[in-house]
Amino acid sequence: MNEINPFEGNTRRRRRQGIAWRFVFQASTIVGIIVLTALLYNVINESFGLAALELEIDPASLAVDGVALEELSQEQLAQIFQANVSAGLYRRYATEKPFTERTREEVYDLVQERVIRPQLVKTWTLFETLFERDAIEAELAEKYPGARLQFFSWLNPEFVQRPQSSDPLRAGVRTAILGSLWVIAITVIFAFPIATGAAIYLEEYAPETRLTRLIQTNINSLAGVPSIIYGILGLAIFVRFMQPITSGAVFGLVDDPTTANGRTIIAAGLTLGLLIMPIIIINAQEAIKAVPNSLRNASYGLGATQWETIWSHVLPNSIAGILTGTILAVSRAVGETAPLVVIGASTFITFDPDGPFSKFTTLPIQIFQWTSRPQAEFRNIAAAAIIALLLLLLALNAAAVLLRNRYSHRY
Amino acid sequence: MDERLVDSSDRVVSLTETPDMVAHDQPGSRTETNGAPQERTLETRDLRVYYGDFLAIRDVDLDFLSRKITAIIGPSGCGKTTLLRSLNRMNELVPIARTEGHVMFQGQDIYAEHVDPVEVRRRIGMVFQKPNPFPKSIYENIAWGARIHGYKGELDALVEESLKRAALWEEVKDKLDQSGYSLSGGQQQRLCIARAIAVRPEVILMDEPCSALDPVATFRIEELMRELASIYTIVIVTHNMQQAARVSDFTAMMMLGEDKAGEMIEYDETNTIFTRPADPRTEDYVTGRFG
Ligand SMILES: Nc1ncnc2c1ncn2[C@@H]1O[C@H](COP(=O)(O)OP(=O)(O)OP(=O)(O)O)[C@@H](O)[C@H]1O
Ligand SMILES: [Mg+2]
Repeated sequence: MNEINPFEGNTRRRRRQGIAWRFVFQASTIVGIIVLTALLYNVINESFGLAALELEIDPASLAVDGVALEELSQEQLAQIFQANVSAGLYRRYATEKPFTERTREEVYDLVQERVIRPQLVKTWTLFETLFERDAIEAELAEKYPGARLQFFSWLNPEFVQRPQSSDPLRAGVRTAILGSLWVIAITVIFAFPIATGAAIYLEEYAPETRLTRLIQTNINSLAGVPSIIYGILGLAIFVRFMQPITSGAVFGLVDDPTTANGRTIIAAGLTLGLLIMPIIIINAQEAIKAVPNSLRNASYGLGATQWETIWSHVLPNSIAGILTGTILAVSRAVGETAPLVVIGASTFITFDPDGPFSKFTTLPIQIFQWTSRPQAEFRNIAAAAIIALLLLLLALNAAAVLLRNRYSHRY
Repeated sequence: MDERLVDSSDRVVSLTETPDMVAHDQPGSRTETNGAPQERTLETRDLRVYYGDFLAIRDVDLDFLSRKITAIIGPSGCGKTTLLRSLNRMNELVPIARTEGHVMFQGQDIYAEHVDPVEVRRRIGMVFQKPNPFPKSIYENIAWGARIHGYKGELDALVEESLKRAALWEEVKDKLDQSGYSLSGGQQQRLCIARAIAVRPEVILMDEPCSALDPVATFRIEELMRELASIYTIVIVTHNMQQAARVSDFTAMMMLGEDKAGEMIEYDETNTIFTRPADPRTEDYVTGRFG
């Protein structure tokens, strides 16, 4: 090689540079995975584990003629109940609903609750359960000699089906899940049509004027406003100003409007609707922008009107993106807590919401409320509720993926 | 006269006529040269198009004769597409575009106030440079246009007839429910032509319809254009000189003026343009000497 090569032989250095960057990106990914694992570990660790229960009466002692408590008939259970509680308490339950009318399961639950009266005295995490079993048993023998050890999966089918209760053993998230679903339904019904309509207008109709740009800038900034500010807005508009409507009083739906005071599902749904509306608008605009102009040209070239073009071509080809964007925004709304605290979600209700004008609580509110309790057991059910919330979010994301695959087109 | 663009029942061309394969008849029936009056479907008068402040084409006066193929040629950026799109008011879809002057379609100005651009575009159809079928089935690609225009006849028959006319029927008759995208580029372009003729326009504007196609597909589309010319007035923009020479009856030559505005510098029978052009710039361009 006699001729002079004008390029310095630098491939080795360039390759090394590339490898260094690769490590940086790999490290970022690993950090992300670690954080996610820590989160899951934390939640799962609290959701399962041993617990020490103290019982008022050993259920074995309640057996009748060698038949265990679980096997007894409705009448026998009723007799046991009557024999073991005070006369006043028995009368109270009997007037509430005569024992002859109660099912076997109801009476059995009453015996559990009032006669056996299990009390959680201590709970352990899954980690402790698995690896420090000896220490747990030593502690149990020393501090709670009468207690029995039982493994709990705090997340279980009954947990999802039971209403809220002040007893962690009996508390469930049904009230909160139903509340979340009701609120989200209102949110979607309110925000989706308006936001999609606005996106269509801005993308397909609005002239390129300074006013349009101003509106666009505003929408973009609204998407970044902290959610608690939407809570304050919702409190002012939906809870206070529109109280006669949001409490259902004007519709005559609520006998006693003071119970909810406008702090109802509909007020919460509308507030969250405001919160995610700019996000849906922006996502829908992106989806509409992604429809190639060649398609619009083809349609107009055939003599289609603007509306025919939008309805038959722009929307069918952007609906997957619009729906995905909406679902992702809704996922955000499902997890919102702060604005609902501001507008006054109930922290403790035991009855299911029965319509847009009832009081409500939602999953994140419930979790927030449980984690702020001093008793350790509530941390366990809070963790179980977190898993329920995560599953709900996972389901929503899966729906988004399915919709995208179902409706996606290539051009 | 005024109602013509609004009332589509006033049909000049009936699609029930069978298209007889016409041999490339020697152009020579032009008004000026022959004295025998020839029907002019489209005429532009002082047509100017601006994009914002930028004048893209200046003062174009062109006559497009009925059932003839007119080619528009010229270097890139001289405003051929702009001119074509102003013939059926597609340019209006560009927000900054502004059109001045007149385009007379069968004696009526399509830019007149009461004229509905939607009706203009149905009667003056368009085929684009890049094949752009709808992401729908082949059948639906063709039926959709007819349906929005309230077609009362048998849709299946219309689809078949349009595909046959676009020389695509044999290739797709067994897969009408498949996506238009499952076709090859050349087939897609013929599908777009079929889609355009399904709404029974009177004029078809084609913007470099073969630029994305191989010679075989190009040949088929040229053949198709000759067939369609028996019932339609066709305007085609092309960069392919052989194509212009092969397929068109008349040719308009455009060029960039001093101020970067496009101008029509020569218009004549295709034969004349390619053998004895009046303007030396045309001669340079068609013989490939143009820079
Ligand atoms: N949408 C638009 N906005 C602004 N300027 C445009 C637009 N479309 C075209 N122009 C300008 O108008 C002039 C003519 O463009 P046009 O597309 O008509 O050229 P053309 O002759 O079709 O070119 P080509 O042969 O490359 O397709 C060019 O200078 C171009 O930059
Ligand atoms: Mg062009």
